[in-house]
Amino acid sequence: MANDTIIRFDNVTKSYNSNTTVLKGVSFELERGKFYTLLGPSGCGKTTILRIIAGFEAPTTGDVFINSKRVNNVPANERQVNTVFQDYALFPHLNVFENVAFGLRIKKVKEAEIKARVAEALKFVNLAGYENREITEMSGGQRQRVAIARAIVNDPEVILLDEPLSALDLKLRTEMQYELRELQQRLGKTFIFVTHDQEEALAMSDEIFVLNEGNIQQSGTPVDIYDEPINRFVADFIGESNIVDGVMLEDYKVQFAGKVFDCVDGGMKQNEKIEVVIRPEDLHLTTPAAGKITVRVDTQLFRGVHYELSTYDKDGNEWLVHSLKQAEVGAQVGLDFDPEAIHIMRLNETEEEFDARIEAYTNEV
Amino acid sequence: MKFKPKATFSPYLLWIVLFVIAPIGLIFYYSLLDLNGDFTLANYRNFFTPAYLTMTLTSFWYAFLITFFTLLIAYPTAYFLTKTKHKHLWLMLVIIPSWINLLLKTYAFIGIFGLYGPVNAMIEVFGFDPTQILFTDFSFVFVAVYIFIPFMIIPIFNALDKMNPSLIYAARDLGASAFTTFRRVIFPLTIEGVKSGIQVTFIPALSLFMITRLIAGNKVITLGTAIEQQFLVAQNWGMGSTIAVFLILIMFASMRLTRKKKRGGRA
Ligand SMILES: Nc1ncnc2c1ncn2[C@@H]1O[C@H](COP(=O)(O)OP(=O)(O)OP(=O)(O)O)[C@@H](O)[C@H]1O
Ligand SMILES: [Mg+2]
Repeated sequence: MANDTIIRFDNVTKSYNSNTTVLKGVSFELERGKFYTLLGPSGCGKTTILRIIAGFEAPTTGDVFINSKRVNNVPANERQVNTVFQDYALFPHLNVFENVAFGLRIKKVKEAEIKARVAEALKFVNLAGYENREITEMSGGQRQRVAIARAIVNDPEVILLDEPLSALDLKLRTEMQYELRELQQRLGKTFIFVTHDQEEALAMSDEIFVLNEGNIQQSGTPVDIYDEPINRFVADFIGESNIVDGVMLEDYKVQFAGKVFDCVDGGMKQNEKIEVVIRPEDLHLTTPAAGKITVRVDTQLFRGVHYELSTYDKDGNEWLVHSLKQAEVGAQVGLDFDPEAIHIMRLNETEEEFDARIEAYTNEV
Repeated sequence: MKFKPKATFSPYLLWIVLFVIAPIGLIFYYSLLDLNGDFTLANYRNFFTPAYLTMTLTSFWYAFLITFFTLLIAYPTAYFLTKTKHKHLWLMLVIIPSWINLLLKTYAFIGIFGLYGPVNAMIEVFGFDPTQILFTDFSFVFVAVYIFIPFMIIPIFNALDKMNPSLIYAARDLGASAFTTFRRVIFPLTIEGVKSGIQVTFIPALSLFMITRLIAGNKVITLGTAIEQQFLVAQNWGMGSTIAVFLILIMFASMRLTRKKKRGGRA
């Protein structure tokens, strides 16, 4: 265990009642000062993980360490962790200033220092001058920002953010993404950020944990996860992708859509059945003669930056294409792609097996 | 479509005039009459004599005691009710006794507290002599508290139930101990419920007279019993009405004291 590890989960499970297990053996290590994101669909256990870190729930089995100290039985108010709640949980009987000052008052910080720190925190979330507003007089987005200010003002070691930007409009949301990321880097604190928006996760994180049904499916940097999804779930969840069945003939040779292609993956059995992922933006429109696969354009949507084409090959596989050029609905077109654009996923491969294989065949080269 | 306020409101207006304004007017009118039916301020002068002032004070004291003990029992009960699995069922069970006629419950207590009742039977089992429980201050406050508890629980339960539970997590998250969380978050957020509970307990407790009669055996003289005596025993309607006027004034004052305040500021 690296000594700059701040939080460690050791095979943590959580069940609320005997027949459902919400977390099914979650292990991870988080380093001090990084921005982590828990990404996954609704109900996969993201909030539960945060609640266990914050101390509102104890794990059913397994251990949780903060700063190398086992904290399974340490109550929430004795942990150096602050939370931005999914429903903000602002105190309705207190105004903005007193909400933000709540934690400092409990620590009996001097009045002058409280004033200064609250003002600074509110300034950070663009709410300077709102000190005397009642919570009921704030919009949803403003409340969210008060909640962020209330957490950061305490200067905790770890800040847990449970979908803190979900109520904001797109513009403010993007702005806050930049600002949160900047704040995290400025403060050097560990942020654990929960979202089910993959773009947000990719844009903000040092490391992403993709969760599904109480299991970590994959963890890694945004680029790793985007480029090398370990399975169909991750590939699907982390942006749109084309997933087709294929066969790995030998290292660097893969067969799918009725043809054999060069690729950059290896380390599998000969003639192993696999799944192939190609991202829609890696497919380029060309003439049928110049393309590697020929497809028919079924529908076309204008998405602002690009056109999104839904096309089908002769076997009936759907290929989504993001193209800057417009195509003609019903036309036969060719699709071209680089060998690097082909990502191979083995069926039922775990994260450890995946890492071991990548290591092994990259060393060979 | 034109809204016709007069026609729509007239039944309510009539009701209010007949049953609210007219009685208050009558009480005020009678309070200005002496035994012979002549106008006088003597009743008011009388009220400020030590006898009546002491009575007012005892009345307040008992109402305060009753409200205090009711709150002391009702708040934790309401709190634990909100934590139970079938909280609305439990609340229902707590409320049901309040539907039973007050007189019936009072008679039940006469039986329970009586010299040959179950409480004294218990005392004898432990080898003590039977004691007089009825007609004591204790039994009076006990029965009154018992009767008011459901009325105090309901508004407090509602206030607690309405509170967002993540506020408690938020307070704990920000470093508050269980007690601080109660003092700074839970209690302030349920204070309106407590105030309503106090209103429905304190004001009726001031004018209790039947329980005073039956349980306290007229040892405890409150404003309620005084009014009853002036009207039914002394036949002095003027003095009875004067006490009633003061009772009404006290009610308005206590309602003002417990009314909603604007939110904000420090906890
Ligand atoms: N107190 C509880 N009692 C029983 N089940 C619970 C409790 N809290 C959460 N769950 C269940 O645990 C699962 C995971 O919940 P969790 O709140 O962690 O999901 P989430 O990933 O945060 O979802 P979302 O994105 O919708 O917020 C859900 O199926 C939920 O129904
Ligand atoms: Mg959640």
